[in-house]
Amino acid sequence: MHPIVLERPATTEDAIAAAATGARFIAGGTTLVDLMREEVEKPERLIDINRLPLDGIRVEGDDLVIGALARMADVAADENVRRLQPLIAESLIEGASPQLRNMATMGGNLLQRVRCPYFRMLDAACNKRSPGTGCSAIDGLNAGHAILGTSESCVATHPSDVAVAMVALDASMRVRGPNGERSFLIEELFRLPEDTPHLEHTLLPGELIVELRVPGGRADRRSRYLKVRDRASYEFALVSAAVALVMDNGVISEAKIAVGGVATRPWRLRDCEAALIGKLPERSAFEAAAKFSVQGVRPLRHNHFKVELLPRTIVRALEMAGEIA
Amino acid sequence: MSTNVIGKQATRIDGRTKVTGAARYAADFNQPNQLYAVIVSATVGLGRITTIAEAEVERMPGVVAVLSHQNAPKLQYRPHKGVIDPAVGERLHVLQDDAVRFYGQPVAVIVADSIDNAERAAAAVQVTYEATRPMVDHADPSVERIAPEASDKSRGDAESAIANSPVKVDEHYEIARENHNPMEPHATIAEWNGDRLTLWSKSQYLVNEQAEIAAVFGLPVENVEVICPFIGGAFGTSLRTWPHVTLAALAARHVERPVKLVLTRKQMFFTTGHRPRSLQRVALGATAEGKLTGILHQGTGETSRYEQFTEALTTVTDYLYSCPNVRTEYRLAKLDTSTPNHMRGPGEASGIFALESAMDELSYRLGIDPIELRRRNEPKIDEAENKPFSSRSLIQCYEVGAKHFGWDKRKPEPRSMRDGRLLIGSGTASATYPAFQAPASARVRLLADGIAEIEAAASDMGPGTYTSMSQVAAEFLGLPLEKVRFKLGRSKYPQTPSHGGSWTMASVGSAIRAACLEVQAQAKSRAIEQIKSPLFGASAEDLEWIGGRLVRRGASSELSYQDIVSRTGVPIEAEGSAKRDPEIAERYSMHSFGAVFAEVAVDPDVGTIRVRRIVGAYAIGRVVNPLLASSQCTGGMIGGIGMALMERTVLDRRDGRPVNAHMADYLMPVNLDIPKLEAHFVDEIDPHVNPLGVKGLGEIALVGTAPAIANAVFHATGKRVRTLPIQIENVLTA
Repeated sequence: MHPIVLERPATTEDAIAAAATGARFIAGGTTLVDLMREEVEKPERLIDINRLPLDGIRVEGDDLVIGALARMADVAADENVRRLQPLIAESLIEGASPQLRNMATMGGNLLQRVRCPYFRMLDAACNKRSPGTGCSAIDGLNAGHAILGTSESCVATHPSDVAVAMVALDASMRVRGPNGERSFLIEELFRLPEDTPHLEHTLLPGELIVELRVPGGRADRRSRYLKVRDRASYEFALVSAAVALVMDNGVISEAKIAVGGVATRPWRLRDCEAALIGKLPERSAFEAAAKFSVQGVRPLRHNHFKVELLPRTIVRALEMAGEIA
Repeated sequence: MSTNVIGKQATRIDGRTKVTGAARYAADFNQPNQLYAVIVSATVGLGRITTIAEAEVERMPGVVAVLSHQNAPKLQYRPHKGVIDPAVGERLHVLQDDAVRFYGQPVAVIVADSIDNAERAAAAVQVTYEATRPMVDHADPSVERIAPEASDKSRGDAESAIANSPVKVDEHYEIARENHNPMEPHATIAEWNGDRLTLWSKSQYLVNEQAEIAAVFGLPVENVEVICPFIGGAFGTSLRTWPHVTLAALAARHVERPVKLVLTRKQMFFTTGHRPRSLQRVALGATAEGKLTGILHQGTGETSRYEQFTEALTTVTDYLYSCPNVRTEYRLAKLDTSTPNHMRGPGEASGIFALESAMDELSYRLGIDPIELRRRNEPKIDEAENKPFSSRSLIQCYEVGAKHFGWDKRKPEPRSMRDGRLLIGSGTASATYPAFQAPASARVRLLADGIAEIEAAASDMGPGTYTSMSQVAAEFLGLPLEKVRFKLGRSKYPQTPSHGGSWTMASVGSAIRAACLEVQAQAKSRAIEQIKSPLFGASAEDLEWIGGRLVRRGASSELSYQDIVSRTGVPIEAEGSAKRDPEIAERYSMHSFGAVFAEVAVDPDVGTIRVRRIVGAYAIGRVVNPLLASSQCTGGMIGGIGMALMERTVLDRRDGRPVNAHMADYLMPVNLDIPKLEAHFVDEIDPHVNPLGVKGLGEIALVGTAPAIANAVFHATGKRVRTLPIQIENVLTA
């Protein structure tokens, strides 16, 4: 691991000022330290933001507001989170391991880097790590890779679970930078790889995520997060689905669906949602809607099974939310 | 043999030491003035090194030395073949030439003043190669396949018997390469004192590591000492002495200071052995009544270009069932990889997956219950060797296992059982493993304070050797357990075989028994010879040991060990050795047997497979400590869950790199994957196998688990999966 200079600013303003001159933020460190040890990341200056007062969780009107430095474990256990947005709690519990959830922060979770093995091996070509060197995964081993949102440059999936739930729920984030604050939908944080896979998000230099805001929904909204994987815990999703349904007079009046493990960013499925509106919450309707999820898929040599698994996961998640079975 | 201490549920003697962190593992033996070595691993899969930019790295902070084939001394590499080494071929010679034989081969070693500086320099060192594409795909038709010696066995005419049978099964099976992945990484601390070398090194076979390193460096064996009191799991990966041990010693000699070398998790996928990927075909022929008429079992393992690693992939098939026509064939594919090695339950576990999957298929084809099918093919003798079994209780295992599992509640029809929307299935399979015994020695020392100290160069990688061997000594000395102090983990102690192959208790336990009997004889002599002894001048025939006291028949005088030793204060010491009587070995076929039952739940929508419970019943002769034995069995079952559903080392064919050399990507069961596991032991007395009557347990606990799970997956889904691991994508379209 390369030597680093670690700074511990006392205020958010100082932290932002330091980042504006090229330093990197570090919070839980569960991704960054791991990558530094593998020398995939070689930051020279790190700004430890753990002491900044950004870890609160509060309710504002109908909205749930989560500080960027709140730990995954604390958010998952928070009474308001569980009451107002159980989908967030469920997606957090399905992520990582207890040890990691105790350290990892909400802001850091959204910005975690991909799990593509070639990204983590310095002796393999990777456009994300070393732009222009090529992608080892496209012709290599790619069972875990994306079938949606891919490009000729990169096929890595975004690994976060809670980001999928956040995108499904139209959550937004507030960021603060050298030029002040701005807010935008979390969905807009993530870039497609296109021909610049090394650019992963839309934060500007020096910008710090301050808090996440999940807009309130109807009290009778039913939501579930289903994560499908070969072992029961501590594994990234092969496919995951975050779904939320509202019913009026027995038919679906609102549907929200986002999926993970299959795309280069948390993937909202608005065509699937639209197909559910006005339908009875039954399996045939779920299956018909889920068909839209595989529009435009580009499977690779080893991940064809995801084309089959994706709609099945959505159907099952919708059944769970609808409490049909 | 009636027992007092053997057979008791003693808790681990070293339990407190381990859970309080007081146990010292190889990497914990830091030495004063120690430096740190880090291996630079090849990043091509085949070729030769063209340049190594040593000079640039030598200038980096803290770097003391950079060793590569360009500057490393020529090592003697005198001939050495340990019992554990492949019979054909020669071990990898490190830093002796520019050839790269496989991805991850050590090409240089950095020695620095801290682990951080060593790692940093290792990452920075520029190595260039002339590389070609390695062959790492076992299934590629162009792979060179060889027949290792004594690889085929045949009786009758299997092919025509199968062809003429009314009921047949003929299928192909594949098991992925797996890596052992114990919690403790391989680690060696090497320190030279003149031409004497001390190695604190993770090893399951101390005396072999001692002899091998002596051969590599051209030293007398007694100049090398290996110390390893604790092992944090090994599963076979520390049976052989791998290149990093040589590199640690080489580096320490070069810098004239103690050197510590610990492999990274990633490097543990390179040069420390692996379960070879296997391709198998099993064909069965049977009568309509379910009597086997023919068995053909062809298996191919993989090996490196420089050694022929062989394992018992097809041998179980020779003796497991009664059948007049059986042919087994074993081949090796030579690949550009490092040499594989035994991994828990080794070849037997891989081979039995194919055989027991085929038997399960046959049971459905015949419409006969799988247990009944085994019953109808239960042999009276080992038909391959044409001799009786020393003991064999397979059918009893099935009966005991079936009762505890509730097999009678199972509906035979596949896909017929549900729990809510989940598909439930149960499956069963036989387990077996040879009851080996190898020559071993032990020393007993009776001390003046009443303690009996036992020494043997054995290891304890987790089964509880410290505790179980203490029980054996306590038993034969007639002492309570707390009066026995068993010491292992030093090569200078009396020689023992490798700690693997389920033979530690049979071998070392028998040696301890012999040493205890010998020390009792000496103590008796001393009691008779000591002038002031109440037993002075007694006739040896009148004296006997009862409960740790020397008693004279018909008299009240008796002496404890302490009474005898404390009279002079000089400890009484004796060595004992044991090995299998060759006549017995000639007369009997000796194996452990077991029956494994598994229940799985499969999600019909998304294909997730979860094991819900496993029941195993084992016939292993005498059980020295039921608590430890049960623990060993549940550990083996967990390994079996990994083999069945998760474990797979994936190689990139372009350069042979293991792509998932990381604990987040190489899946092994985590706590949430472990359901209720139950082990039962069938009462079995084997009067032939060894004086203790023990048949060994470590391996058989894994053997049979994977096919039981695979058979349960079929019962749940109706889909037969013949590749391991069985994953979501295999059952999604069931």
